[in-house]
Amino acid sequence: MAVSTAPQLDAAELATASRPSEMPVSFEVNGKQRQLELDTRTTLLDALRDHLHLTGTKKGCDHGQCGACTVIVDGKRIYSCLTLAVMHEGGRVTTIEGLGTPDKLHPMQAAFVKHDGYQCGYCTPGQICSAVAMLDEIRAGVPSHVTPSLDQVPRITNMEMRERMSGNICRCGAYSNILEAMTEVAGGESA
Amino acid sequence: MRPFTYERATSARDAAAKAARTGAKFIAGGTNLLDLMKLEIEAPAHLIDVNGLDFDKIEDIPGGGIRIGALVTNTALASHPRIRRDYGLISRAIVAGASGQIRNKATTAGNLLQRTRCPYFYDPNMPCNKRRPGSGCAAIGGFNRQLGVIGTSEACIATFPSDMAVAMRALDASIETIKPDGSTRAIPIRDFHRLPGDTPHIENVLERGELITSVALPKPIGGTHIYHKVRDRASYAFALVSIAAVIQKDGTGRVAVGGIAPKPWRVEAAEAEMPRGAKAVAAMLLDGARPTQHNQFKLTLVERTLGAVMAEARA
Repeated sequence: MAVSTAPQLDAAELATASRPSEMPVSFEVNGKQRQLELDTRTTLLDALRDHLHLTGTKKGCDHGQCGACTVIVDGKRIYSCLTLAVMHEGGRVTTIEGLGTPDKLHPMQAAFVKHDGYQCGYCTPGQICSAVAMLDEIRAGVPSHVTPSLDQVPRITNMEMRERMSGNICRCGAYSNILEAMTEVAGGESA
Repeated sequence: MRPFTYERATSARDAAAKAARTGAKFIAGGTNLLDLMKLEIEAPAHLIDVNGLDFDKIEDIPGGGIRIGALVTNTALASHPRIRRDYGLISRAIVAGASGQIRNKATTAGNLLQRTRCPYFYDPNMPCNKRRPGSGCAAIGGFNRQLGVIGTSEACIATFPSDMAVAMRALDASIETIKPDGSTRAIPIRDFHRLPGDTPHIENVLERGELITSVALPKPIGGTHIYHKVRDRASYAFALVSIAAVIQKDGTGRVAVGGIAPKPWRVEAAEAEMPRGAKAVAAMLLDGARPTQHNQFKLTLVERTLGAVMAEARA
């Protein structure tokens, strides 16, 4: 490693780097175009909660271990705490507020209510966003650790859903009710 | 998190040249880097976002192999029809690791470059030669049941945490890069990760600014592909021991081991022992191991997990 001979950032760049740096970013959130001027350090999670005041998405561990911050970006579920807002220029973000409203619940939201898929409710927005995108992943043929054969498309089973939801922790232990809610939404597809 | 400036790369060569400067770093999936930046274990002054580059394809290559773009996500790689059919070991290893959310973001190159999950590396209050060279190793006399048993040194007993890379080691992957001067090279995965020696902070052979553009796999070798991971919980946990094996009908095959060393651990000579059983293979694979009081169970676990894998292949 040729450390000593590496070109350096110039003095102006280093001075800039030691101060907070702001950047414009624009992306779509729940169908609405949003433009923000953000400190580059702002995670997507903090942009949603602190700048757009969409506080449905929760900060649990802030280290990608609990799943409370799960949102759907460009159709895929991700941890919003482990990505920078500026990395999503032109992206399309769906949060719990965009899935449904109290008057018009998303089927997964309605099923969580019906099956009591929570106790304290803190992990719930992440569980619901994760569950919605998880069913899409099975339908798209994404394999999982418990998929019996890579030659066959995975089926929506209890085992598949449990394995695929392991990135969402529920301290209250509502897992069995969450599973019932997901099973109901999967409906006839469920094995 | 320390402040940093941010830019989006416009070409691979441009990105490599910009990343050659002190304090600059690439970001792709970010699932490991951002976590470390929050803890200020990583503190880049400048981030170069490579997500816009054209490295998100999986393509057949002459000779029957396949080339995986550096930016292909773990989910996309595990799901790809030809990977599932011809390189099932890769799919199985990937879905044995992390969570759905992480796999949707994490990239092929980022997976190879992830840092250890040694708890002492993650705790800035503890000495760690990998995090702060020369400060000592708190893991050696500490709680180290997760940590390495072979390839380690007096300075560091951290393990390399990837599952995907263990499968790639068994399949003889080649890591393709571009340097700041525009030259390219292919690095066999066996030579890619470095053993810690007295410089555990240097984890691979990449030069400053060198950017991974793709990973190539040679033509399929057939056989039964098995990735068996043993961990403290059934999902979303790093390996205590994992075995990536490709076993042919005649009982010959290849074996790489994860969770025990600073790199995917494979000893080609040990594979000649496969017809004689797991005990013989494990003895040669683990020759020179230096376990601690807390992790010597891994030696037995490697042998037994390998035994289970070989039995599964025969079934």
